[in-house]
Amino acid sequence: MRRVFADLNLQPNLGDIEHARRMIFKASELGYRLIAIPVLPSSSLAEKYVQQLRGICQEKAVDFASRLNLKPKTPRELLQLLRRFRRKFEIIAVTCESKAVARQAAKDHRVDLLNFPFTDLHRRFFDKAEAELASNSQASLEIEIKPLLTLKGPARIRLFSALRKEVATAKSFQVPIVISSGATSELLMRKPLEMAALTTLFDLDKPSALDAVSKYPLAIVRRNREKLSPRFVAPGIRLIRMGEDCH
Amino acid sequence: MRRRYLALKLESAEKFEAKEFLDALWSAILRLYGEYGASKTGLALVDYDEEGGLAIIRVAHTELEKVRAAIATITDIMAKPVVIHVLTVSGTLKTLYKKIGTDIKRQSAQ
Repeated sequence: MRRVFADLNLQPNLGDIEHARRMIFKASELGYRLIAIPVLPSSSLAEKYVQQLRGICQEKAVDFASRLNLKPKTPRELLQLLRRFRRKFEIIAVTCESKAVARQAAKDHRVDLLNFPFTDLHRRFFDKAEAELASNSQASLEIEIKPLLTLKGPARIRLFSALRKEVATAKSFQVPIVISSGATSELLMRKPLEMAALTTLFDLDKPSALDAVSKYPLAIVRRNREKLSPRFVAPGIRLIRMGEDCH
Repeated sequence: MRRRYLALKLESAEKFEAKEFLDALWSAILRLYGEYGASKTGLALVDYDEEGGLAIIRVAHTELEKVRAAIATITDIMAKPVVIHVLTVSGTLKTLYKKIGTDIKRQSAQ
C-alpha cells in the first residue's frame, strides 16, 4: 500500500494567513497529505484560525490536524493545561524543559508528542525511565528536522550525538518516533524521503524513518479523532445507535 | 559498481552556475561524512541547467541515502538561500530523462 506522508509541525507566522497558505501549498507540492500547525490556545482566535487553515488545506486536498504546543514549567501546570485543552486539539505536544515535566508528560495518556529543546542539550531528558513511561502511555518522541538544517559545526555534531542515543533508547523500548519539519518558512521544508534520509545521520534505519513520517503521525491523528468523536465511549468501544434509533 | 542518477531541482531567487552548485554539494558531503565518506559516494555532475535550476548527478547506489541527506542539509549557495529537492531517482539516465520529461542543456561540469 502506498504510504501517506505527514508533517505534524509546520510553523508559519500565525499573524500572516498568506504565509500559512504558501507553506500549505508547498507541503502539498512536496507530497504531504496530512499536516498539523500549532495554534495558540486562546479560544476564539484558535477556532477561527483553525477554520481558515482547514479551508486552505481543502483547496489542495491536504488533511489538516490542529495542534497545541505546551511548554509547562511544572508538572502541575501541565496537568492543568491538559485538563483544559485536551478535548480542543487533535494533537498535543509537550516541550519538556525539566525532568519532572518530562516524567509527567511521558506517563500521561493525554500527551501525544514529547519534545525536548535542541538549544540546551543538558535539558534533553529522554532516558530509559522516560522511554519506559512513554511506551506504556502511547506518547511518541518527536524529532524536528529544522535544527539539523540551521545548526552548524560542533552544535550540530552534539545534537546528532544526543539524537543517536535517544533514538536507540526509543527503539529499545518501542517508543514510536515521529519526524517533523518544524519549518518556519518554505526554505526549511523538505520532502518526506529527504526528511527520512536525514535521520540516517543519527542511525535511524530506513523503514523506521519512513514510518516516522507516515505511519506513526497518521496513527496519532486517527486515534485522537476517534477519541474526540462524540460517538467515542472508550478505546475499542463506540456508540453506534442511541434512543429510538436502537431498533 | 551500480549507480543511481538523481534529478535535482534548485529553488531559489538566484541562479547558480554549475561549479557553485557542485562546490556546495561537495561541501555538504564533506561536512557530514568527511573525506573518507565523500570518497565512497562516487559523485559526479552529469548535467546542469542554470536557467531551469535543474541538475542531474550520479552517485554510487550504496551511498544514495547519504547523498540525499547531504542534499537536504544545503540551505544556501554562496550565502544565497536555496532549497534543493530530489525530483526523482533512476538506475539509468534514459529512464531519468523520461521521468523528468525534459532535456536540459548540457554544460561542461568541472
